[in-house]
Amino acid sequence: MRSFSSSRDFDWMLFCLVLLVSALSVLEIRSATLHTRFHDFDHKQFAFLLVGIGLMFLISRIDYHRLVDIAPWAYGLGLLSLVAVKLVGTTVMGGKRWINLGGGIHFQPSEWVKLILILAMARYFWGLAGRELNWLDIGKAFALVCVPMAMVLIQPDLGTALTYFPVLVVGLFLGGIRFRQVMVLFLGFSLLIGGAWMSGKRLKPYQMARLTSFVDPGSDPRGAGYQILQSKIAVGAGGLLGMGTNKGTQTQGDFLPIPYTDFIFAAFCEEHGFVGGMGILLLYFLILMRLIENAQQASDVPATFIVMGVAAVLLFQIVVNIGMVVGLMPVTGIPLPLMSYGGSSILFTFLALGIVMNIRMRRFVN
Amino acid sequence: MELIPQTERYTDRDEKVSAGKLHATQYIVVLVLAVLAAGMWRLQILGADSYRLLAEANRVRKEPVHAPRGRIFDREGRILVDNYPSVSCFLLREQAKDLTADIPLIARGLDLPVDAIEATLHRYASSPKYQPIPLKQDITPDEQAFIEAHRNELPELETFDDQRRLYPRDGFAAHLIGYVGELSTEDLNSTKYDFYEPGDVVGKSGVEETYDELLRGKDGSRDVIVDSHGREVKPLGQQVAVPGKDLRLTIDLDVQRAAELAMEGHNGALVAMDPHTGEILAMVSRPTYDPNQFSVRLTKDYWSQIVNNPDHPMMNKTIQAQLAPGSTFKIIMSLAGLEEGVAQSMRVMCNGGATFYGHFFACDRHHGMVDIDHAIPWSCDTFYYTLANKLGIDTIAKYATEVGLSQKTGIDLPDEASGTMPSTAWKTKIQHDKWYAGETISVGIGQGAVQVTPIQLARALGGIASGGVLKRPHVVFPDELPPDMASAIQATFPGSGDRVVPITPENWETITDAMAATMGPGGTGAAVHLEGIDFTGKTGTAQVVSHSAGAKSLGAGNERANAWFVGMAPRRNPDIVVAVLCEHGGWGAEAAAPLAAQVINAFVTKQRKKEGNLLRVAEAPKPAANPAPNPDGVPTASATPAVHPGAANAPAGNRP
Repeated sequence: MRSFSSSRDFDWMLFCLVLLVSALSVLEIRSATLHTRFHDFDHKQFAFLLVGIGLMFLISRIDYHRLVDIAPWAYGLGLLSLVAVKLVGTTVMGGKRWINLGGGIHFQPSEWVKLILILAMARYFWGLAGRELNWLDIGKAFALVCVPMAMVLIQPDLGTALTYFPVLVVGLFLGGIRFRQVMVLFLGFSLLIGGAWMSGKRLKPYQMARLTSFVDPGSDPRGAGYQILQSKIAVGAGGLLGMGTNKGTQTQGDFLPIPYTDFIFAAFCEEHGFVGGMGILLLYFLILMRLIENAQQASDVPATFIVMGVAAVLLFQIVVNIGMVVGLMPVTGIPLPLMSYGGSSILFTFLALGIVMNIRMRRFVN
Repeated sequence: MELIPQTERYTDRDEKVSAGKLHATQYIVVLVLAVLAAGMWRLQILGADSYRLLAEANRVRKEPVHAPRGRIFDREGRILVDNYPSVSCFLLREQAKDLTADIPLIARGLDLPVDAIEATLHRYASSPKYQPIPLKQDITPDEQAFIEAHRNELPELETFDDQRRLYPRDGFAAHLIGYVGELSTEDLNSTKYDFYEPGDVVGKSGVEETYDELLRGKDGSRDVIVDSHGREVKPLGQQVAVPGKDLRLTIDLDVQRAAELAMEGHNGALVAMDPHTGEILAMVSRPTYDPNQFSVRLTKDYWSQIVNNPDHPMMNKTIQAQLAPGSTFKIIMSLAGLEEGVAQSMRVMCNGGATFYGHFFACDRHHGMVDIDHAIPWSCDTFYYTLANKLGIDTIAKYATEVGLSQKTGIDLPDEASGTMPSTAWKTKIQHDKWYAGETISVGIGQGAVQVTPIQLARALGGIASGGVLKRPHVVFPDELPPDMASAIQATFPGSGDRVVPITPENWETITDAMAATMGPGGTGAAVHLEGIDFTGKTGTAQVVSHSAGAKSLGAGNERANAWFVGMAPRRNPDIVVAVLCEHGGWGAEAAAPLAAQVINAFVTKQRKKEGNLLRVAEAPKPAANPAPNPDGVPTASATPAVHPGAANAPAGNRP
C-alpha cells in the first residue's frame, strides 16, 4: 500500500477560516496592547503564527499513522516533560508551567501533552477494536488522561488541566460508552466534587475565590469577580456595533484584565460589538463543522478519534473562554484558541490542524 | 513493539465510528455556540445601555475641587483670615489592591494612627467607591515624597491641591473668628448638616460657623479619564468651584489689637461695641487657643492641653461666661430706682453696712450720707441694699429684663448664653420655692442669683448711656449680607434685638454724670482716669464664693473675686462701650478698669488721628493728683473699717 497524499486535498477551506481568525487575533492584540508595554505582542503573535503555519504544513506531510504508532512513546516523554517542569521549570504568576529552553524560548509541556493525549486516546480506543467498553476499559481511559491532568493541576494550572478532559469525554463517547455507565460516572463525579467543595482544601485559595466570585461577582470586586465584572462591562458596552478599533474604553483604559490573552474576546466584543463577536463565533462554528466533516470522512478509526479530539479540545476552550468572558463561566485561565496571544497555544492549535490536514489528505487512501 | 509500524495495520480493519454519533456532535456544537451567542445577546443587546454607563463610571473619576473659603477682613478691609495653598492626601479605594493590608504602611508614611484610618474608612463605607476619601490634609513635603515613592505599592494614595485656612497667630481673635473642621460622623447625623457630605469642611465656631454658608462657596469637581491604575489619561470636564464670599467684620483691627494686648496674661473677656449700631469693635476671650491647630492637624497633646485647661480656652467668654455682675449691676439698679421715682430723694446713711431682715449686709467702708449722685461713683453697697429693698425683686427684674439681661443679645455668634435674672416667678419656676425678701438685698449689688455675660453688660450699660437705645450686637454688617441671609441670621439669633427702653432725660443725665464721676476724683475708677477723654464707667467686684456676711476679703486663687468694668466714651451717647471681665482678678477698679481704658484710649486716639473727628468731649475732669485706690463695694464684714476715710466725705462738688 503506497502512501498517498495530495495538495489538492489539503483543506484550504479550513485553512482560510483559521487564517481569518488568526488575522483578527493579530489586529485585536495590536489594539489591546497599543498603549501598554506589550505593544509589540501583535508582531510576536504574527511570528508565532508564521511558525505555527510552517509547522502545520510540515506535520501535514507526516503520515498520522506514524504519530499514532509513536503515541505510547510520546506519552511517556510527555509525562517526563511534566516532571521536568516540576523540577526545573520557571515560576511565572504563581505557577510552574514553563521550561526555559534558552534563547528567549519558553516551552510549555502541558500544551504539547494535550496533543499527545489526543494521539494516545486515539491509539487506545483503536486498540479496543470497537468492542463494548467494560469498566476496566473506562478506568484505563481515565488513568490515561488523569495522570497528566493531575500533574498539570499541581503546577498549578487548572485551565490547561481542564482542557485534557474533553479528550477523555470525546474518546469515551465515540469509543462506545453506554448511557448507564455515563450515569454511574456522573453520579460518582457529583459526589467527588461535592466532597471536594465541602472540604475546600483541594482548591488553591485563588481557585476557590474564582469559583465563589463566579457565584457572586460582587463579593470581591478587585479579584476574580472584578475580572468578570470588567469583562462583562466591556462586552456589554460594545453594544451592537462596538466602539470601534482602538476605542474600547475598557480595553484601552486597562480595566479589562489581560485583554490580549484570556480576555481578548471581551476586548474584541467591546470594540466590534455584537456583530463582530457573532462573526468570530460564526468562524468558530464553521471551523468546528469543517473538523467534524473531516472526522466523518476520515479513512479509519484513529483518524476520526484524532480529529474529533482536536475538535473537542477547541470547542471546550471556546466554550469555557467565551463563557467566562460573557459571565456564564468562572475564570479558569483558558485561552481562546487562535485568538489569544501566546506561542504555546498557537503551536498546539496549528500542530493539531497539521495532523487534521494529513488525515484529510489521506481520506481516500482506502 | 516496533517504533514505526506498518500503516497497513490501520487500514486492514474496516471499522468506522458511528455516523450518528458524529452527527450528534454537530448538534452539540450548534447548541453550545447558541448558548454563547445568547450570552452575548444578553450583554450586548439587552444590557448595552447599562453596561455602557458602567464603562463610563469606570473611566471617569470625579476629583474634588474645593472652593476657596471666603476671606475675612476687619471693618477697614484689613485681612484677618486668609487661605494658603496646601496639598491634601486622598484615598482612592477603587485603586487599592488590598486596602486592609496597606493600612499599616499608609499609617506609617502619613504619620496617622491606624485606627484613625480605619475610622475614616468606616465613615465613608456607604459612599460610592469612586469617590476619593480625604485622608490627611495639609501634608508635609516628606509625606508627599512618601506618596510619590510608593505609587506602585500604594496606587490608592492621591494628592490634590487644596486651600487651607490661615488664621492670625497666637489665637488673635480666635473666639470671634472661630475655626473650620471636617464634619464628624455625629455632625453628619444631625439635621443641621443635612445638605453636607462626608469630608466637607465647615465652620465649627465663631464667625466661621455663623457665616459658613456664605464663606464656604460651592465645591466643584474635576472629571478626569483614568485607567484602572488611577493614572490620569486626560481631563474630561469640570464643575467650576464657586469661591466663598469674602466677609467684612465690624471689628476694628486697631481696637482688637489694643484689646488683645490689654487682655494678655489675664483670664477673662473683653468686648468693645459701638452702642449706636451694636457693631462689635473688638472681642477677646482669654485664655485663647490657636485655630490653626484645629483646622489642620489637631494633635492629641494640643487637644488635651485645651480640654484640660481649667480656664476653658475654647469658651468665648464674652458671650458664654455667665457670672454675677457685681457692682456694675448698680447702674441698672439706679435706672430702676430713678425711673420708679424712688432713688431721686433717697438718702442713705452708710455706716459700713446695714441690717435687713435680721442679717447684716456689709459695705466696704463708711460712706456717710449717700445720695444717688454719690452712690454710683462711690459704689456704696448700703445705698443699693436699701434701694433694692424698696424696689422689690420683681421691679428690679423688670428693668433688668428691659435692658436685656436674662436674654440672649442676639449677637450673630453661635452658642450665646442668656444669663439669669432672678424674680419671684423665676424662683417658683426654677427652684419651686418662694422668693424671700432678704434675697433681694444682695441682688441690689449684683450678687445672688444674677448672672450676666460681658456682652449683655456692655449692651445694657451702653444702652442706658445711649438714652435707652439698645442695639443688637453684631460682628458682620447686616446690610452687606444677601437680604435673605441677613433675615435668616436675625431669625437664627433672635435675642432681645434692637429695642428702646424709655428713660427720662433727667435720669439719663444723672446716671451718666455719676458714671463719669466714677472715673473722677473720689470715684472707684479714679486711678484709670484718661486725660482728655470723657471716659466713664462702672467698676464691679463680684464674689465668686458665697457672699455671706462673714466674708471678709476678695478671696484667693479660684475663690478670688471676679473683676468687672464697663467703660465708655463719651458719657452720653457713647461711641464705644467696653466690658471687661477678669476672672479672679480681684478689684474691678484695679484689674479690669485699666484694660478697658487702654482699649478706649486706643479707639479715641485712632478716631482723632485718622479723621480729625474729636469725640464730643464733655467737660473733662482733671485727673486726681493722688489717685485713691478705691475698691468698689464688695460686701464685706462690718469689721472692715473705713480704710479710706477721705472717701466717706468726698465733696459733691467733685462731680462735673
